[in-house]
Amino acid sequence: MSKLNSTGQQTADAPTPEDAFHEAAALEGKGGNGGPVLSADGTPLKRSLNRALRMQKMRALMLIAPLLIFVLVTFIAPIADMLFRSVENQIVGTTLPRTVESVSDWDAEAEEAPGEAVFEQLYYDMFLAAEAKEHTKLGTRLNYEQTGIASLFRSSGRDMDDLGEDYIDALEDLDEAWEDEAFWYALMTGGEDAAGNTDLLNTQRKRLSNLTSDNFKGDIGFVPGAEISQLLPNTARAYTVFALFTVIADEDVVSEEEPWEAVKIALVQDLKAGADVAAYEGPGAAELRAARDMLSDMPEIAFKPAFLEIDEDWGANETWRAIKIFSPPFTSGYFLNAVDMAKTLDGVEARPENQQIYIMLFKRTLFMSLVITGSCILLGYPVAWILSNLPMRTANLLMILVLLPFWTSLLVRTSAWKVMLQSQGVINDVMVWLGLVGDGDRLVMINNQFGTIVAMTHILLPFMILPMYSVMQTIPPSYLRAAKSLGATNWTAFWRVYFPQSVPGIGAGSILVFILSIGYYITPEIVGGTTGTFISNRIAYHISSSLNWGLAAALGSILLAVVLILYWAYDKIVGIDNVKLG
Amino acid sequence: MKSTKFLLATTALTVAAGGAFADDHMADEMTIVSWGGAYSNSQQKAYHEPYMEKTGVTIVNDESSNEAVAKLRAMDEAGNITWDVVDVVAADALRLCDEGLAMEIDPDEHLAPAPDGTSAEDDFGDLLVGDCFIPQIVYSTTFGYRTDMVPEGVEPPNDICDVFDTETYPGKRSLEKRPINNMEWALLCDGVAKEDVYDVLETSEGQQQALDKLDTIKDDVIWWSAGADTPQLLADGEVFMGSTYNGRLFSVIEEQDQPVAMMWDAQVFDLDGWIIPAGLPEDRLARAMDFIYFATDTQRLADQAKYISYGPARESSAPMVGKHAELGIEMAPHMPTDPDNAENTFLYNYEFWADYRDDIDAKFQAWLAQ
Repeated sequence: MSKLNSTGQQTADAPTPEDAFHEAAALEGKGGNGGPVLSADGTPLKRSLNRALRMQKMRALMLIAPLLIFVLVTFIAPIADMLFRSVENQIVGTTLPRTVESVSDWDAEAEEAPGEAVFEQLYYDMFLAAEAKEHTKLGTRLNYEQTGIASLFRSSGRDMDDLGEDYIDALEDLDEAWEDEAFWYALMTGGEDAAGNTDLLNTQRKRLSNLTSDNFKGDIGFVPGAEISQLLPNTARAYTVFALFTVIADEDVVSEEEPWEAVKIALVQDLKAGADVAAYEGPGAAELRAARDMLSDMPEIAFKPAFLEIDEDWGANETWRAIKIFSPPFTSGYFLNAVDMAKTLDGVEARPENQQIYIMLFKRTLFMSLVITGSCILLGYPVAWILSNLPMRTANLLMILVLLPFWTSLLVRTSAWKVMLQSQGVINDVMVWLGLVGDGDRLVMINNQFGTIVAMTHILLPFMILPMYSVMQTIPPSYLRAAKSLGATNWTAFWRVYFPQSVPGIGAGSILVFILSIGYYITPEIVGGTTGTFISNRIAYHISSSLNWGLAAALGSILLAVVLILYWAYDKIVGIDNVKLG
Repeated sequence: MKSTKFLLATTALTVAAGGAFADDHMADEMTIVSWGGAYSNSQQKAYHEPYMEKTGVTIVNDESSNEAVAKLRAMDEAGNITWDVVDVVAADALRLCDEGLAMEIDPDEHLAPAPDGTSAEDDFGDLLVGDCFIPQIVYSTTFGYRTDMVPEGVEPPNDICDVFDTETYPGKRSLEKRPINNMEWALLCDGVAKEDVYDVLETSEGQQQALDKLDTIKDDVIWWSAGADTPQLLADGEVFMGSTYNGRLFSVIEEQDQPVAMMWDAQVFDLDGWIIPAGLPEDRLARAMDFIYFATDTQRLADQAKYISYGPARESSAPMVGKHAELGIEMAPHMPTDPDNAENTFLYNYEFWADYRDDIDAKFQAWLAQ
């Protein structure tokens, strides 16, 4: 506050506590010989004024707090949350974390799809995602970028249980213990007093809560044994995930549930990879050794061929490129889609011409909104002028005529235009009756741009007339008379004297109408046909039909940015102070 | 203070009394979401009213099915599911299932067997699309035309390709503003065999071929987005022929007595049915399950056909379809599944459209906007 160290800071006409504060500060700044000025109770004047001021500010803040909080919670926060979706893309990384990590080494330009190592991680990721029923969500997400991934994920999720069946059967034929829940539990805990590996447990907790966005905290009655997780790392990891999911998501007891197929596949992998079970002395040692001996006759598990057998699209480069391009947690992909571009490996490229639509729709929305604003000015100005120049009583009566449609339901008014404009409608019928057009070639006035412009001009007209009227009312009629008495013609008097004073009304009306029409949705949908629809119709489609909320959010953000830029430009050119609502 | 206490006490009493009558582990109130209009009406007559009578449950109707997918997703994100049973088309059910927003159903466990003991799974047969969908009706998207606008000396249209023949049948057509169905019809009339349609539509050349065919009638088409549009356009004489749901045409023809007739050729079958949102609390879930078991049994499905011309989804219901409740006309010949109507039909290919919808829709919309 010390920068206000001078007098004469008065900004308002009436004295405010702020003035006293400034004066006190000024007094102090002069550094009088008596030290700081004290108030009646002995505290320095500055501090006591400061306190009074703070109280005032707090009170003012408290008064507006309910509204502020209401607006923040119900308006700003949801909008911010929605707009955030335009860049958010965490689903790939949380659903297939290990795959994403190992596919980063894959050369996406290569002819070949990724190798065995990536498919191995894909198996564990997909198995868990299918158990948690998250894989189809990811399929839907990636299908926006690469057609066909939705059903690829859906069908593959179903087949995850059967992958590597032969190995599991062989294991269970060898020893029934491998089907026994209690045996598995003992094996993976490493016996009663074995040291536990809580790190593993905690990483998997985090992994699961990322995947499902549920909380995976709490005691699950299981900690993987330290020794066994060193000996059989894949198995321990898979079993830990299984244990967490069983207890927290399914609400069962670990030691009473047979592990997932993925756990057994992991065991096969660990044993084939040469886990040193000879030196192992913990629970299940004998069974492990027997299993190792049996498996040594079997070939390595081949994940890639198994996936290709489920669906050959797993071998397609496009599938993997989509996964790789959209693996980061944030993406510019939605924004690029919203301007008819696509994200590719090399950066950005334009979409094929037969898919370009959004730029055209943005242009059309802006153009038509301008036309609608223009026609509202042309139609509204004379009406506002007449209203403001009539005696009060007549003006009020006519005002009701302006307001009546304003109070009528939007849908009713739009549908009424349909009845008026359609080819068997009122206007065409009258014209045919008058003989102006033949019955065969009735005018097409609806389901096109014309229909949208007519209906929206009508609907938005009150938003133009009302601010114009209230501004014109304040223009004293004596100015016009004075101009005329000084020799101006009617036109000069209007154009040089009256019109400049009515500009703030036009400005306010135009901003209202333009901003309302740029986001209009229902009227273009009903009367717009194919050439009269706006960008907002596509946003609505992506929100409610295609569920591509990311793209809808990107389109919405762009629309918001365009409005703000236009507002800024308006402020620069016309000046926002020049806008009056009354 | 006193009055509050009194209020609380009475509420507690009512709750207790209500609980004593109702099944104690089921909710006493449920919200059922459907499409509104004549369709909701038929459901209320055939399912809701008998169920309320039987159990004393209050059913709240919500007509939000056309935005059910988006709303369920929003409810799920907010963690507050307010709907108990939702009526959606099969494609939406598949999507909700994919998104984890609908509960998986085991037909044999959750649905009633047929009166002759056939299991629900066999009774519904192929109509059980996806893991979450409980089929209710078979409806079709097909064409209706103005009988008074057929040119003199010309056969009334009876072939899907008559839609594309503006020489013989001049006049406007109304088609739905989405690629589904239109693309198939276009290919069918461009010489593609019925069994190859989806193979052709998978390729971008095939998609272009369909759009090129649609381009031949583009100037004569009014595009609709609500099911009520085509009946209105037909009644106003704005279009000569138009596609819509067969039940809507039934009401234009039989209930409103307009000069309109059906053209069943290449009608596309689609399914409508129930889903139960995932994540309902136990008491509401039990109530929803109980309702579903009741409302999808053989008799109930047959009852619905008394009020609207949609075919029941169970095989065992078909022979029980009787007369219209008010008009007293025989309903069977108005069913899309009637052998005379179903000579040449299509079944909506859910898997195909789940994959290709976004891609083809982008092309379709770009084509429309040109």
